[in-house]
Amino acid sequence: MANALHIVVCAGIVPDPLQTLEPVTGPAGPGLKNEMVLPAVLDPWAASGLYEAAALAAKNPGSKVWLVSLGPKAKLQQVMMTVAQKVVFELVAIDGPIGGFPDAHSTAAVLAETIVAIPGLDRTKLLLFGGWESATRGAGVTLQLVGERLGITDQFQGVDEIVLREDGSFEVLERVEGGKHQVSVCAGAPAVLGWATGNLAEPRNNPQVGMANMRTIMPALQKAKPAKLEANGLRYVQVSLPKQQRDTRVVKDMSPDDIAAELVAWMGAE
Amino acid sequence: MEKILVLTHVDETGTALTKASLEAVTAGVELAAQLSASLTIGVIGSAGALDAVAATGARLLAVSGEAFAQARYASDAAACEALCRAAEATIVLAPGTSRLTRVAAGVAHRLGGFIDTHITALKGAEAIEATRWFYRQRVEAVVSRDARPWFLLLDAGTHTAFTGEAATAQVEQVAVELPAMRTTVSGVRAPAQDAQTIRPDAKMLFVTGAGWTKKQPDGQIHADVAGELILNFLRLTGSSLGSSKSLVDQGGEGVPVLPFLTHMNQIGQTGATPRHAKGLSTCCHGEEPHVVGWRFIGDRRAISLDPNCGWSRGKADVVYIADAFQVMAKVNELLEAKKA
Repeated sequence: MANALHIVVCAGIVPDPLQTLEPVTGPAGPGLKNEMVLPAVLDPWAASGLYEAAALAAKNPGSKVWLVSLGPKAKLQQVMMTVAQKVVFELVAIDGPIGGFPDAHSTAAVLAETIVAIPGLDRTKLLLFGGWESATRGAGVTLQLVGERLGITDQFQGVDEIVLREDGSFEVLERVEGGKHQVSVCAGAPAVLGWATGNLAEPRNNPQVGMANMRTIMPALQKAKPAKLEANGLRYVQVSLPKQQRDTRVVKDMSPDDIAAELVAWMGAE
Repeated sequence: MEKILVLTHVDETGTALTKASLEAVTAGVELAAQLSASLTIGVIGSAGALDAVAATGARLLAVSGEAFAQARYASDAAACEALCRAAEATIVLAPGTSRLTRVAAGVAHRLGGFIDTHITALKGAEAIEATRWFYRQRVEAVVSRDARPWFLLLDAGTHTAFTGEAATAQVEQVAVELPAMRTTVSGVRAPAQDAQTIRPDAKMLFVTGAGWTKKQPDGQIHADVAGELILNFLRLTGSSLGSSKSLVDQGGEGVPVLPFLTHMNQIGQTGATPRHAKGLSTCCHGEEPHVVGWRFIGDRRAISLDPNCGWSRGKADVVYIADAFQVMAKVNELLEAKKA
């Protein structure tokens, strides 16, 4: 039990990447058209963090994983039906708005308040996991802000690997510029790790894990506290889709030799 | 009046500002002129690095010392906090480098401020308006905030790097009270020089899709040939290599396909969004999750066997309906001949 960890994973829900997104502006500010009916998934980089958390907990007896997720209860329930079958965790749900437009500082405040209130959480053993960026706001600041609010000053972003040592310290690999990793050694928990892709494949669905998780997920959803996110003076001047349509030239009847010649000329042109 | 601070840091030599830092300096100079604001430039690292920006006429601050040679949260956050307090900044501009991205939000929180990141454009007259992307480069927004201090992290490549006559800078050293350090940076792990396929400064991005490891007309998979064609092309052109998630995942599942690919090569929804003048996609469908990573690629071409692929629907400038194995073999041949 020397290295028993309490791992809290912050993960939101995001529209399935294959969906077409269209911004709309309502009385509460910008959002996505039909956002509540778009199929949703667990935020991909945060999901990497969840799988890494579960693997780390499995290797270190006495460890526990909580998944803290903020979103509309109905959407959370929908996504959890799938996520629950992947790995073992205890859900801590917060009933709040969906999407990337609410202010990150407000989101962080709600998450930090919720984490502090988790029964049985030992903050000296805490590893706070999440994605280094979300697929919605994509700012890469929420986890860092939660860490600051919890007084954690060992933070790592763009993490692809953590290796826990016997003495509780760990080596961590963070992405830096140019396809490289910075290697650091941290004395141990508490720490914040914002995950990139990591090294683990998505776990296969396991109905038994799903059944076990659902026993705690449904009560967690029922008692999810509502959260209102303040704008903190953030004002949207304009929200729009990019002009992405290009006038594509589709070349169907050119030989490989001619295509190659055209490509080489194109590459050499300024 | 706004007080603008540009936070910068030195590169791996320890004596010069990073290119991204110099881009942030340009943004700071431009914004200060637009707002008639004061400008301060702060550096983590050698004060001598600020000689390169002495021509801005800005107030110059530095946090230097052994503890700041390492890019680490606890020391960098303390350094940035001290620089911001010394500058009494209301607007803080910083490059979106891994070093400053790791700490800027935490520093904003310590100062009671707010932060927005991945800024691609700034304009200001009465109010500052910042442009950034949401939903992985699929929705663009212009935001503004009244609250101060406001931290804005700028994406690399959105401003030109500052160039001015270097001069001996008058730099004020800022003292920092450091907390106990629990983290030690032990180094950087990088692929061998000839194996490094991610090249941010390359003119062209070359993207490989899962088609490279599919069965070919002879009914066989030719991953070894694919690997050779791809690596030869990279060697001949100096391009940066990107990949679709599906191809990278195959490598992670232990299938010996293209062993030089890692998740760091991944472009798109769950990967990078690099900036290059040109991009060539091969054996990739060009569906939305791939293409969101191409937002900042200027001239786009694709080679695909499928005339109805995503690229042909307004996502590329030119799509060649052809076998990438054949085309790339010929391209490499032509490039070899040109080189000789």
